[in-house]
Amino acid sequence: MFKIINPNNLFGTSNKIRKVLFFLFIILIVAGLLEALWFSPKDYIQNHAVRIMYVHVPSAWISLGTFLAIGVLSIFSFIFKNKNFLIISKCLASSGFMFNIVALVTGSIWGKPTWGTWWAWDARITAMLLLGIFYLMYILSWQVFEKEETKQKVSTIIAILGIVNVPIIKFSVDWWSTLHQSSSVNILSESTIHSSMIVPLVIMMVAFVIFSAVIFLMKYNSEIIKLKNKGLDRL
Amino acid sequence: MIERLFSMEGYGIFVWAAFGFTLFCCSALYLITKVQLVKQEKKFFVKFGKLTQEKIEIAKKQKINKEILVSKPNYNF
Repeated sequence: MFKIINPNNLFGTSNKIRKVLFFLFIILIVAGLLEALWFSPKDYIQNHAVRIMYVHVPSAWISLGTFLAIGVLSIFSFIFKNKNFLIISKCLASSGFMFNIVALVTGSIWGKPTWGTWWAWDARITAMLLLGIFYLMYILSWQVFEKEETKQKVSTIIAILGIVNVPIIKFSVDWWSTLHQSSSVNILSESTIHSSMIVPLVIMMVAFVIFSAVIFLMKYNSEIIKLKNKGLDRL
Repeated sequence: MIERLFSMEGYGIFVWAAFGFTLFCCSALYLITKVQLVKQEKKFFVKFGKLTQEKIEIAKKQKINKEILVSKPNYNF
C-alpha cells in the first residue's frame, strides 16, 4: 500500500525528477512574473496593489495545504507505525514555514495601501500567525530533543494540535466579521475573480507547488543520506 | 513604459517589495537546502572512503547507497 513512499523508491525517483522540476519551476516563475507584473490588469478599486495577490494567495494556500499534509501524515504514522511518514512530514515543514512567512509579510505589505495599516489583529491574520508558531514549534521539536523517540512524539503532537487551526483559518472570514476579505476563488461555488487575474494566479500557484516539491525532494534526500551515514558508522 | 512598470501609479514600492521578499525567501531556502544536501553527501563519501574493502562491498549492496554513489561518478571506491 505504501510502496510508492518507500525510501528506496522515493530516493531514486527524487534524483531523477528534481532537475526537471527545477527547470519547470524556472519557466513557470518567469511566465508567472510576466503575467503578474505586466500583462494582468490593475483592479478598479485596489489599483496596482492587487498584483501582490499573485504571491500572497498562493503562498497562503501552500502554507495551509502543507500543514494539513504534515498533520495527516503524522496521524498516519501514529496509526500505521510507519516512520517514513514522519520523515516526509519533517521534510515538508521548511517550505511550508517559508510560505507562511511570505504570506504574512506580503499580506502586511498589501494591507498598508488597501487598509491603511501594516497589521490588524483580525481572525484570519491572527490564525495565520498561529500557524506560523505551530510551524516553528514543529521544526524546533526536531532540533531541540536528543532522543529520536521524543522528537517523533513531540512533533506528532504539535502537528495534530496544529491541524485544528487549519479549518479555523479557512473559515475565519465566514465565521467572524473580519478586515480580511472573503475568498474570491472558490472550487465549489462561483468565483468572483476575473479570468484575466485567474491565469497569473494559477501559474504562480503551480510554480510555488513545484518549488515546494523541489525543496521537499532535496530535504528528503538529505535526511535519507543522514540515516545512511549513521548506517555506515554501524557497519 | 519602464517607469510605469516601476512606479505602478505609486503602488510600485509595495508591489516590488512583496515580490522581492518572496523571491529572496525562495532563493535563500533553495540555497540553504542545497548546502545541507551537499554537506550530507560529502560526509557520506568521506565515511564511505574510510571503509575497508569488505565493508564497501556490503554497503554497495544497499540500493540507496548505490544511488548516492551513482549520483557522483567521480568518486571511485
